[in-house]
Amino acid sequence: MSDARPIPFRPATEETPATRLALIGLAIGGLGLLVFGPLLIVFAEALAQGWRAAFAALSNPDAASAIRLTLLIAVIAVPLNAAFGIAAAWFITKFDFRGKAFLITLIDLPFSVSPVVAGLCIILMFGSNSLLGGWLVASGYPIVFALPGIVLATMFVTFPFVARELIPVMIEQGRAEEEAALTLGASGWRVFATVTLPNIRWALLYGVLLSNARAMGEFGAVAVVSGKIRGQTATMPITIEMLYNEYLSVAAFSLAAVLTLLALLTLFLKTALELRHADQLAAARRH
Amino acid sequence: MGKPLIHRSPMPGLGLSMGVTLTMLSLVVLLPIGALLWKGASFGLGNIWDTINRERVWAALFLSFRLSLFAALFNLVFGVLLAWVLVRYRFPGRRILDAAVDLPFALPTAVAGIALTALYAPSGAFGAIAKEFGVKIAYTQWGIFIALIFVGLPFVTRTVQPVVEEIEREVEEASATLGASRGHTIRRVILPMLAPAALTGFALSLARAVGEYGSVIFIAGNIPLKTEIAPLLIVIQLEEFNYDAAAAIGIAMLLISFAMLLAINLIQVFSRRRIGYV
Repeated sequence: MSDARPIPFRPATEETPATRLALIGLAIGGLGLLVFGPLLIVFAEALAQGWRAAFAALSNPDAASAIRLTLLIAVIAVPLNAAFGIAAAWFITKFDFRGKAFLITLIDLPFSVSPVVAGLCIILMFGSNSLLGGWLVASGYPIVFALPGIVLATMFVTFPFVARELIPVMIEQGRAEEEAALTLGASGWRVFATVTLPNIRWALLYGVLLSNARAMGEFGAVAVVSGKIRGQTATMPITIEMLYNEYLSVAAFSLAAVLTLLALLTLFLKTALELRHADQLAAARRH
Repeated sequence: MGKPLIHRSPMPGLGLSMGVTLTMLSLVVLLPIGALLWKGASFGLGNIWDTINRERVWAALFLSFRLSLFAALFNLVFGVLLAWVLVRYRFPGRRILDAAVDLPFALPTAVAGIALTALYAPSGAFGAIAKEFGVKIAYTQWGIFIALIFVGLPFVTRTVQPVVEEIEREVEEASATLGASRGHTIRRVILPMLAPAALTGFALSLARAVGEYGSVIFIAGNIPLKTEIAPLLIVIQLEEFNYDAAAAIGIAMLLISFAMLLAINLIQVFSRRRIGYV
């Protein structure tokens, strides 16, 4: 008993330092292989022949047209989806009706449908072989292999994003504030603009951010409906595929680097929103 | 009489919000899916079966679902580990690691596809190391496996993280005072609490992997019977304007995914009932 060394104190609710270190190491190693590695290689490959080559690739007419098209699609599809998300969240959270759970399931449906199958569905609905599509093509409004089809495909894959962010937040906030405003004589639009919107703006922004990132980057659904016409229906991701398959590595990775910067910006804004306005997003992060 | 279809409410905007919701849902999602099912119905059950019942289609379906299951299982384990590390431990760079988990949500799949291929090809940084050990990653099923892990990575972590945050230390202390070792506490107390959320994340990750196309086709090599995934088979049929066959494979994929999600939902209901909280 004379030379008993003191046992280092360790709370019973913690792992040993060795276990901790091993788990942190696994986490860093795994993310290094899967996330940080790919992130770095995009920029390394884009700049493999220097800045000049990368910028030359971006100012190529096809690349420039792809960038314009991708921006145009996002500008059309994201606000439409935001409008849908707000309407759906209002309908679902402000009224009581039968089949609500079923409606939510239907809104979530695009998450469990492969983007390729989504594109296939749009071709079967609006393609020139279908009844509706044949009539639209004959009247001079082609949907498939044209802008409207790409927008529809993009909207399909991003469909649930905004609604899913808003519904939990609006359920948590309840209806009391809106009811008070109504009792005081405010009109419906005034209630929405001055009571509801300030409560949901950060959740709305969060949903729009995620939906925009997906809209600009969607590949599978767009690949099926776009027809991949260079300079016309080739979005940025489609152009990346075409350049890559032609072994134009620097050009492909330069465009990829632009989209990667957009992804990093999205993550930065998303993290900032989560840090600053966690209370107004909280409901969405609880499952 | 039963409940009314819609309860009367003083809230404004019923007609408008219901109209916008149902119109857009129908136009963007329901009618196109209906068109697929209609195509399948007019093609006929027998023809659908004949289309699917070919070696190449079976191989692609089996490959897609098998590798998606493996990738989702990997993400289940790694995702719970990540959630635990990010919530419980404090170390430099934790915030960056936390934000990095979401990169697969934000990074376009085509970009992920070419980046993973550049890394894991035999000439790439990681691929060269694997080659030293005699393993080929890109253009084999290993490559598909890695791409599917990538796209499903955030789901389990993001569903489990809030649950880990809410675990009360008292529960762990109680377990420890009753004589349980740390490992025993984790196995019998903590993991059961995380199970429902982890299963939700697993299901989302699986659903995402099964349908994934963009990140896989670059790294897969796309050799029929070996590394050809089911979504690619649909694209090939479409490029040959073979809409009937594309619809048949599409319907098969839809049915199998829904069956899997249903099974996972049932497991979840069962596990929640057994553990005793919602």
